[in-house]
Amino acid sequence: MTAAPPARPATAPPARPRTPPARRWPFARRAGGGQVRLALLLLLPAALVVFGVVLYPAGRALVISFYDVDSPFPGRYPFVGLRNYTQVLADHRLWTAAGHTAYFTAVSTALELVLGLGLAQLLAAPLRLRWFFRAIVILPWALPTIVNGAMWRWILNAQYGVANALLTELHLQDGYRSWLGNDPFLALNMVVVADVWKNASLVAFFLLAGLQTIPRELNEAARVDGAGPIRSFCRVTLPLLVPHIALVLVLRTIEAFKVFDIVYVMTGGGPAGGTQTITFFTYLEAFSAQRFSAGASLAYLTVIAILVLALIYLRLLRQSELRSP
Amino acid sequence: MRASLRYRLFIHLAALATSVVILAPFAWLLYSSFVGQTDLVSRPMRWLPEHVTLDRYREIFAGGGTSAGAAFRGAMVNSFLVAGGTVVISLTVGVLGGYALARLRFPLRRVTLLSFLVTYMLPPIALIIPLYLLMSRFGLLDTRTGLIIVYCSLATPFALWNMSTFFGSLPVELEEAARVDGCSRLGALVRVMLPLSKPGILATALYAFLLCWDEFLYSLIFTSTSQAKTVPVAIAEFTGRNAVDFGLIAAGGVLAALPPVALAVMFQRYLITGLASGAVKG
Repeated sequence: MTAAPPARPATAPPARPRTPPARRWPFARRAGGGQVRLALLLLLPAALVVFGVVLYPAGRALVISFYDVDSPFPGRYPFVGLRNYTQVLADHRLWTAAGHTAYFTAVSTALELVLGLGLAQLLAAPLRLRWFFRAIVILPWALPTIVNGAMWRWILNAQYGVANALLTELHLQDGYRSWLGNDPFLALNMVVVADVWKNASLVAFFLLAGLQTIPRELNEAARVDGAGPIRSFCRVTLPLLVPHIALVLVLRTIEAFKVFDIVYVMTGGGPAGGTQTITFFTYLEAFSAQRFSAGASLAYLTVIAILVLALIYLRLLRQSELRSP
Repeated sequence: MRASLRYRLFIHLAALATSVVILAPFAWLLYSSFVGQTDLVSRPMRWLPEHVTLDRYREIFAGGGTSAGAAFRGAMVNSFLVAGGTVVISLTVGVLGGYALARLRFPLRRVTLLSFLVTYMLPPIALIIPLYLLMSRFGLLDTRTGLIIVYCSLATPFALWNMSTFFGSLPVELEEAARVDGCSRLGALVRVMLPLSKPGILATALYAFLLCWDEFLYSLIFTSTSQAKTVPVAIAEFTGRNAVDFGLIAAGGVLAALPPVALAVMFQRYLITGLASGAVKG
C-alpha cells in the first residue's frame, strides 16, 4: 500500500525504477549508520504523535475485553476470559447489525466505485468550463458528514420534505411517505443514498489523480488500432487504473465498515434498529448500557473483520498486478 | 485528434446532469435557511416563498448568552483552532517522517510505513473507552488540546504516506545537486524539496483540515461544554434540540459547510496533483 506503482514506463534516460529494492540511493556508500540514526530521529515525532495516542488504548481495550468492566471508574473487575466474546457472538443483535453493516458497505462502496469511475472520466474529459465542473464535483466531498446527514434528513422529512413534495407533484408517488421512519430497509437505503451522494466525488477525485498518470498516447494508439471508446476504456484505461481502484476500494470499505456519524444524525439507528450498524451497536452497548467489556470485544471483532477484508483486497491486488505485466 | 460532435454533446449533457444532482440538495439547504417557517412547512409545497428572512443568520451571528447562536459560534471557533493545530502538527511530523521514508535507507522501512497505516484500521470505538479514562486522568477531557492530540493521531498516518509518496516522485538529482553544493540533508529538504512539494503539502493540509472539521465520534464523547465542542457536535445538537426549526438547522449547516467548501474549491487543482495516488505526474 505504499507508492502507487508507475503507470507508464520510464522514458528519461536515467531510468529510476520506483520499486524500493532497485532504487538508487543517494550517498549510500558514505552514509550507512548515519542514515539510520537520522531516519529514526525524523520518524520519532510522527511515531510519538500516533503511537503515543493509539498503542496504550488499543492494548487496554484488549485487556478490558477479557474482564467484566461495567463502570468507567478504576476498580477491581472479574476476569472472564473469552466470555464477553462468546456472549456477544451469541447475541442476535450483533448479527442483525453485522448484516446492516455488510449491506451498507457492499452497496455504498460498489455504487461509489462505479459512479466515481464514470465521474472521473467526465472530470478528465475535454469539457468547456472544466475547472467549474471540477469545483462543483468537489463540493459534496467537502460537506461535513453531519451536515450531509442533517440535510438529507430534512430533504426526506415525512411531512415537509422536498423529496415528498417533488415526487408527489410529479405523480411519481401517491402521497407523502415516511422515508426514514417506517420501513427499516427503505431507511437503510436512504442512508446509502446520502453516503453515496457525498463520497462518490471523493472516489472520483482519487481515480482522476490516477487517470492523469495514464499517458494519452496509449488510448490514442488503441483508437488508431480500431478500438472504440468503450473497448479502449476496458482494455487500456481500466487495467492501468487497477492499483488506484484497489486503493480507493480499501479506503472506502474501511470507512464504510466504521460508519457511525451519518447513521447517528439521519436515523439514530432506527426505525426499530433497522439502520443500526456495528459501530452504532457498539456505541450503544458501551455508552448507553455501560457494558464496556462487551463494547471492547465488539470493537475487536470489528478490527478482525476489517483486517480480513483488507488482506483479501491486498491479495487480489497482488494477483491482478501479476497478471498484467 | 478531434473529438466527434456527438461525443462532445454527450459529455456536456452528462456534466450538466451531474451538476444538477450535486447542486440540488445544496440549493435546497440554502433555500431553507432563508425562507420563512410557514413556507417551509406548507403542504402542498409553495415553490415560491412568501417570506424571505435573515433571522436565522442574525440569531447565529448575534444571539447572546445561552442561545443556540452563541453555542454555534463557540463551536466554529473551537473547530478552527482544533483543525488549525492538527494541520500544523501533523504536517510537520508528516514532512519529516515522510522525507525519511522516501529518501533514507534503514531497516524495516516498509514495515514502518505499514504499521502507521494499520492504525487507520482500528475503529475509533475500540480506542475511545480507554482514551476517555486516560484523558480524564490528565485533565484533557473537554479541552481543545485533548482533541488536537487525538486528531493528530488520525491525520498523521495519511500525512506521512502522502508526503513520502510525493517526495518519492521528485527527482533525486535536484537534492544531490544541493548537497554537492554543501547543503546538509535537512537544508536540502527545506530549501529544495519543500518548495517543490507545494501540491503535496496543500493536499495533505486540506485533507487533515477536512478530517478534523468532519470528525464526530471522538468530539461527541470527549467534549461536553462550549469550551471544546466542535461544529459537527453542535449541528447534531441543533437537530436534536430544535427538531422543528428546520430553517435554523439549515442555516447552521450552511455556515458549517462554508469553510471546508471554500478551502476545497480554492485548492482544488492541488488536490489532483498532490494526492499520493496521482503523485506520478502524467
